[in-house]
Amino acid sequence: MFERLLIANRGEIACRILKSARRLGIHCIAIHSEVDAGALHVRLADEAHCVGGPRPAESYLCIDAVLKAAQRSGAEAVHPGYGFLSENADFAEACAAAGLVFVGPGAAAIRSMGRKDAAKQLMEGAGVPVVPGYHGESQDFDVLAGEAARIGFPLLVKASAGGGGRGMRRVDHPDALEKALAGASREATSAFGDGDLLLERFVEPARHVEVQVFGDSQGNFVHLFDRDCSIQRRHQKLIEEAPAPGLGEGLREEMADAALRAARTIDYQGAGTVEFILDAGASGETGGGIEVADFYFMEMNTRLQVEHPVTEFITGQDLVEWQLRVAAGEPLPCAQEDLHVRGHAIEARLCAEDPAKRFLPSPGLLEHLRVPEAGPQLRVDGGFVEGDAVSPFYDNLLAKVVASGADRESARRRLVSALGEVEVVGPVCNATYLRDVAAHPAFASGQVHTGFLEQHEKELRREEAPSPRTLAAAVLYLLRARESGAHERAAVSADRWSPWEATDGFRLSTPARETLCLRSPKGEILAEVDVLTDSAGWRMEVSGRVSALSGEGPDDDGSLWVRLDGEGFPARASRRDEHLHLWLDGVYTHLLLPVPKIAEEGQVPAGGGVVSALPGRVVRVLVEPGARVRRGDVLLVVEAMKMEHEIRAPADGEVRSIACSPGDAVEEGVALVELEPAQS
Amino acid sequence: MAPRPPMTILETSFDARSPAAQQNAERMRALVGDLRGQFARIEAGGGEASRKRHEARGKLLPRDRVAGLLDRGSPFLEFSALAGLGMYEDDVPAGSIVTGLGRVSGRECVIVCNDATVKGGTYYPITVKKHLRAQEIAQENRLPCIYLVDSGGAYLPEQDEVFPDRRHFGRIFYNQANMSAQGIPQIAAVMGSCTAGGAYVPAMSDETVIVKEQGTIFLGGPPLVKAAIGESVTPEELGGADVHSRTSGVTDHYALDDADALLRVRAIVGNLNGRKSVELAIREPREPRLPAEDLYGLIPDDLRTPYEVREVIARLVDDSDFDEFKKLYATTLVCGFARVHGYPVGILANNGILFSESALKGAHFIELCCQRGVPLVFLQNITGFMVGKKYEAGGIAKDGAKLVTAVACSRVPKFTFVIGGSFGAGNYGMCGRAYSPRFLFSWPNARVSVMGGEQAAAVLATVRRDSLEARGESWPAEEEASFRDEIWEQYERQGHPYYGSARIWDDGVIDPLDTRRVLALSLSASLNAPIEATRFGVFRM
Repeated sequence: MFERLLIANRGEIACRILKSARRLGIHCIAIHSEVDAGALHVRLADEAHCVGGPRPAESYLCIDAVLKAAQRSGAEAVHPGYGFLSENADFAEACAAAGLVFVGPGAAAIRSMGRKDAAKQLMEGAGVPVVPGYHGESQDFDVLAGEAARIGFPLLVKASAGGGGRGMRRVDHPDALEKALAGASREATSAFGDGDLLLERFVEPARHVEVQVFGDSQGNFVHLFDRDCSIQRRHQKLIEEAPAPGLGEGLREEMADAALRAARTIDYQGAGTVEFILDAGASGETGGGIEVADFYFMEMNTRLQVEHPVTEFITGQDLVEWQLRVAAGEPLPCAQEDLHVRGHAIEARLCAEDPAKRFLPSPGLLEHLRVPEAGPQLRVDGGFVEGDAVSPFYDNLLAKVVASGADRESARRRLVSALGEVEVVGPVCNATYLRDVAAHPAFASGQVHTGFLEQHEKELRREEAPSPRTLAAAVLYLLRARESGAHERAAVSADRWSPWEATDGFRLSTPARETLCLRSPKGEILAEVDVLTDSAGWRMEVSGRVSALSGEGPDDDGSLWVRLDGEGFPARASRRDEHLHLWLDGVYTHLLLPVPKIAEEGQVPAGGGVVSALPGRVVRVLVEPGARVRRGDVLLVVEAMKMEHEIRAPADGEVRSIACSPGDAVEEGVALVELEPAQS
Repeated sequence: MAPRPPMTILETSFDARSPAAQQNAERMRALVGDLRGQFARIEAGGGEASRKRHEARGKLLPRDRVAGLLDRGSPFLEFSALAGLGMYEDDVPAGSIVTGLGRVSGRECVIVCNDATVKGGTYYPITVKKHLRAQEIAQENRLPCIYLVDSGGAYLPEQDEVFPDRRHFGRIFYNQANMSAQGIPQIAAVMGSCTAGGAYVPAMSDETVIVKEQGTIFLGGPPLVKAAIGESVTPEELGGADVHSRTSGVTDHYALDDADALLRVRAIVGNLNGRKSVELAIREPREPRLPAEDLYGLIPDDLRTPYEVREVIARLVDDSDFDEFKKLYATTLVCGFARVHGYPVGILANNGILFSESALKGAHFIELCCQRGVPLVFLQNITGFMVGKKYEAGGIAKDGAKLVTAVACSRVPKFTFVIGGSFGAGNYGMCGRAYSPRFLFSWPNARVSVMGGEQAAAVLATVRRDSLEARGESWPAEEEASFRDEIWEQYERQGHPYYGSARIWDDGVIDPLDTRRVLALSLSASLNAPIEATRFGVFRM
């Protein structure tokens, strides 16, 4: 086994590799870009080397820089993780040339699977079924259009060199083909440095089922069963599980055999995944699940997969350890007959992205981050801690939450509950969305397919209106935090127990009633809550409904105990300026509490007239009556005291009339332009 | 922190379940209920139609303006809500002005807010008096003044009672100038009209905000301008926010609406740069060991029924801990040290009629408190000084004078609560209104008059009978009885706390349960002014 390992990656996978390597007593060397100098994977490592600028091409993808770091640190082996250089045959070759062990398959195997077109041809030859499509060399538009017509629509455009959904487009109609090809090619070029594309029939409804395989240098091969990765958004996996639900044993074996055949064909070494698309529309069920179905080879990933933990859970194996042992020349730790499926595991990818905005990535500072506590049946593979920034340069995967159980249902329930404990403030996070998916009845009954999220889009869209419990927690948080804030303020003043610091709205007459306005992050009013203090706590009124509110907290960690009309429940809250973040009942709610701001002075005067501050001569008039102007736009220019003065619109609005023309002498303070301010 | 000194916890013998206590409580609840009813009516200002009109103009109601100005959730100690009650043919709720003490940007301020829903916010005589009293509180306690102006100026039909005298309208501006000179900030927000004399409120302020298309300031309004010089002009052109913020410089800040104006005032207060320094040895507050709710049952139905005032003290002071001074001497005046919400106080409370010794004891105790800079709290329930040959010969007048001198000259903050009767010279000796307590509040059962109604009836009847008899006339018993009833009725009416509060003889009638809270707020506010050294006058020996 190696003494020193360089981990040529970042984020959760670097941390994950580090964990197994350290357990094997290996000295772990991290690399990082300039912006990652303080990242978690660096902090966990035994030593770390900066390999360049923030852009992946300047650092994590820069072969020279990575090799230099390996040499400088005396590494014997390099683990590439996933993404970056993990499926780069040149890198594998360069490692070998530099006397380093590349933890992965040989360059030839990578190459043969790296180009999807070639891989498919190879697999076809080996008797592995492939999706009908075009994998030819010509990228001429007419050729592609002709092939597309032959394959039929809808079809998929894919990057020949890529994976992970990048450079992939679904095309439903011939008219959309050209644009899709251009976009996909551009994306493929930027992601893989190769803009070549292939075409494939779009199988729908489909399931994405893959088989984990392993080979060693002695020519042994095993498979570690299957995984289902059908829950995808934008062709990228979101929830994965092992084993794939609802498959009959016969079908499983058939797929596993095909996968092993694929691996043998290219003399594969190390961890690999053979991905199949299963035509769920053409399947036949028996009592033991789907037995008869068309499945096609899609691609083989010649690396460790993001979703490998679900396989680790059901097999009890450490795949990173396997990779390292195989790379060190050891035989596979297990024979096929020693491998058994135990239970079920489901993984959810916690990402900094906004499901409501078509999963738009949401980088930013992790102001607050709390993940569920790991246990024997719950694993959280993360690469960030609170205070870290999610960089726009890299993957937005915050952590993987992986739950296991004796059966699928118990794993699923554990996952739902764990996702409810996730708290992220800063970037938008998909935790609640993932939880809603995992809690969805169709998911619970195993009806997964690649169109799942589109099919259930409506049910998965959250209503903006917060529940009464959420409102109560928000109001309690505000009132209690105000109380403690007042006490803290008083404590540092000379009048340290001042009765004026009370927050109960005391009046000699009728007690004060106050209205708290809770808004959505977009600023829409979600609720107006009337609050009245009474001896037992508060009375809150929302749209005519009065409830008694009391409770304890918030503690230092934001924990609250809310009592609403005699019913008690926990909640957690965190506030940053105007933003209130609440977690309760497994759901995250983001509320805005606008702090009133003083309006800007110098608006359009009540009469609407814009005046010159100096007497002078009009040089230019730049607007006409009826013109719409923005605040700050120059309306006219007046020359006075040998200088030209620009007279600007004091607010957005429409020009009603102009009371001067170039050459006119004007007095100070006389309206030159009448502006109708826009209604704000 | 200093070690806790030994304590003297007051014991109680009060039984809340006794029939008398229950009867007392029932009656006090009725009184407080009536008071709350008055407040509710007064808070509605000039009535529904007027309020609707006001809001339709995009203006906030006066109490909403005050609430918007205050730190959220913080207390507001309103002054004399009953002002003007029953004084005029018109109903003038709260005297058409809301005044009080509240926290703004962390600082205790006096707020004066016109209520334009009541007669256009014009100044009745009582409005002037209430405004001046608020300024007096600000001046004595060095509290910044915030004027939320929305007033048509003097109520013209009563101009003789509003305009010319020393304590009339002009005094408002005199006070502004002098407070400003003393470094007490004067801040105005013009949220409606400020006509004629009213124009000086913003003009005399240190810093002034005006609301766009709402606020106007002019010495002569458009009708007067038309009449005087024939000029036709709209109020906005004559003295609107644009004129004064862009051209005249009468105002300093241009607010878009009421809410914006209140934010600006909050920002102004935030920039005042002042710090309260507390010279008292304060301690962490403790609630009284006995419940305040007992106060209802404790206070007898009839002012003539004596009761143990220590039972009241035990329900007001921290931990019910009261260190008495001269407990065994002159037992009709209870004196002692305690803490209220952590602040040290010296309490003087009546427990019967005042004798010479009581006056001497009180004067001694006030000297102690002044020497030590301890604020004084007076709990008034006093029928008066003892009368009769023996007591006059014993020099009760000069002993009473000693107490009155001590009270009058003491410069420590004084707080008076009329918790029962307040009659005759007892009112003076126990720091009545004329003795400038920083704050004076009454309970709804209080009675204030030169003497009790019955005594007055008896005295006047005696005088009358003597004069009739001297002329050889007789006075039938039934005539005397109806004469006595009339006098009694007059005293009862004029001695009623509503009558006094309407005339601002006090700063408000309060629910007895709020006494501790009100005292604590008043004490804290009073500490904005340094506690001065006292120099007493000649004590007649």
